Amino acid sequence: MQPFTYVRVRSAADAVRAVADGGPGTRFLAGGTTLLDLMKLGVETPARLVDVTGLEDLNTIETAGPGELVFGAMARMADVAADPRLIRDYPALSESLWRAASEQLRNMARVGPNLLQRTRCAYFRFGEPFACNKRKPGSGCAAQDGLNRGHALLGGSESCIAVYPGDWAIALVAFDAQVDVLGREGERTLPVEALHREPGNTPHLETTVAPEELILRIRIPRTPLGRASTYHKIRDRESYAFALSSAAVAVRMEEDTIGQARVAIGGLATRPWRCREAERTLAGRTLTPETARAAGDAALRGAKPTRDNRFRIELGARTVADALMIAAERARS
Amino acid sequence: MHSEREIPIRLRVNGRERDVDVDPRASLLDVLRERLGLTGAKKGCDHGQCGACTVHLEGRRVVSCLTLAVQVDGREVATIEGLASPSGELHPMQQAFIDHDALQCGYCTPGQIMSAVACVKEGHAGSLDQIREYMSGNLCRCGAYVGIVAAIQDAAARMKGG
Repeated sequence: MQPFTYVRVRSAADAVRAVADGGPGTRFLAGGTTLLDLMKLGVETPARLVDVTGLEDLNTIETAGPGELVFGAMARMADVAADPRLIRDYPALSESLWRAASEQLRNMARVGPNLLQRTRCAYFRFGEPFACNKRKPGSGCAAQDGLNRGHALLGGSESCIAVYPGDWAIALVAFDAQVDVLGREGERTLPVEALHREPGNTPHLETTVAPEELILRIRIPRTPLGRASTYHKIRDRESYAFALSSAAVAVRMEEDTIGQARVAIGGLATRPWRCREAERTLAGRTLTPETARAAGDAALRGAKPTRDNRFRIELGARTVADALMIAAERARS
Repeated sequence: MHSEREIPIRLRVNGRERDVDVDPRASLLDVLRERLGLTGAKKGCDHGQCGACTVHLEGRRVVSCLTLAVQVDGREVATIEGLASPSGELHPMQQAFIDHDALQCGYCTPGQIMSAVACVKEGHAGSLDQIREYMSGNLCRCGAYVGIVAAIQDAAARMKGG
C-alpha cells in the first residue's frame, strides 16, 4: 500500500478545510470498508487521509420528528437498521441496510459515506491487464466483451457498464431522500437521486459532490407510504452478497387499488434508479400479479443487455413484481 | 515497515493497556498479530470478505483487517485470547463449538466464535434462520456450518443472563 499521512479532525468544518487544503489525493476516511479495501488493491492511492469518524455530532438517528427522518452521516449502518421506529414505519429502509454486507461491516460503515460506495466491477477492482475507464480514463472497458453477468442493464455507456452496488441509496431514492453536504462555501442540499452520475464518457466522475464536500446528514420526508414498503433483494446466495437485482417499493393502498406507488431498483443500473414510469402504470390500478408484473416490465424498459446478463431483465421485472405484492400485503396488516 | 512516520497509539486489548508505534497503513489485525503477539485473529482474505479476523471494538464485532490501527487509538479491543476466564475455563461459546464439532481445520474458528458471541449479545440468535443471517459474514470453507449454527443456538441459551 502506498504511504499516506493520517489526520483526525474535531469538526466538520475542519474536515472540509483539511481536504480542500490538503491538495490532490486527500480523502475523507470513515468506516474504511470501501476505501481501505481499494487501497490494498492499489485502485485507491490517497496521499493523505482525513479521519471523520470522530465527528460525534454527526452520529445521530432522529426518527421521532414530525416532518422528516434525519440520519447523521456518521451513524452506523447497524444502528440505523435496528432503529425500532424505522423497522415499524419504514421497513424498506431498515431492510436495505441489514440485507447489505455483514454485521461486522455494518458496525463499521456509516450511512452517509455508504452512499459513495464504489462499484464491485472486477475489471475496476483488479487492475492491470484489464482495461477500465473508471480506474484509468481512456483505457477502455473490459466488461463490454468480458464476463458481464453482473453488469448494468440500465444507465450504461460504451465507456462503462459498472453497477452501482449499494442498497441503502436505492431505498432512499424511492423515498425522495435528500443529503446536506458541507463545502468550502457552506452547506447545500441535493436529492440523493442527483448524487450519482451516469458514466457517459467520463465514468471516473461518479458523483456530483466535490472531493472536499462532506455529507453531513440524510433527510427523508415522512410519508404514509412508509409502512407498506419493502426492500426485496435477489442474490446468488441468500445473505452476504451483492444484488443481482433488487427493488425498493412502497405503496398506499385504497382497498385493492393502488393510490400511489414508489419504485426504485438496484443491482441493475449504473446509479440508483427510480422508476417513475412503473409508478405511473400502477397509480389507480387494482394490484394483481399481472399489474405488478407490468410495472416490473416498465421498470426494466430500455434495458440493454450484454453477453451474460440478459436473464436479469426477467429477474429484475419479477423482483419489482414480487416486491409490490410484499408491500401490498404489509398495507393490509 | 518501520519508519519515522510511525504514530504512537494506546489501546486496551483484553483489559490490558498496550502502547505501540504504528505505521499509518497498519491494520488492527496486523498490529494484533505482528506487534502484540495475539495470533488468534486470522488473516483470511484481508479484504473484509471472510470474517476470520473478527474482533470486538468497543463491544461491537468488526473486521480488523479493514480497521486502521491508528483509528483504534484510545479504544477497547477484545480478541479470542481474552474470552476464556483467567482460570482457563472456556467461554460457553468456545465449549459449544467443541461440543457440536463446529469446526474442521479451525482457521475460521476464532473469527466465528467472536462473531457468534456478539451475535448472541446483539439479540440476533433468536432462531436458526436469524443465526444464519447474522453469521453470514463468517465463511467456513470446510463447511462446518451445521455445527456452527447448532453451537450458537446452544450457547445462546447458556449465555442468558450473563
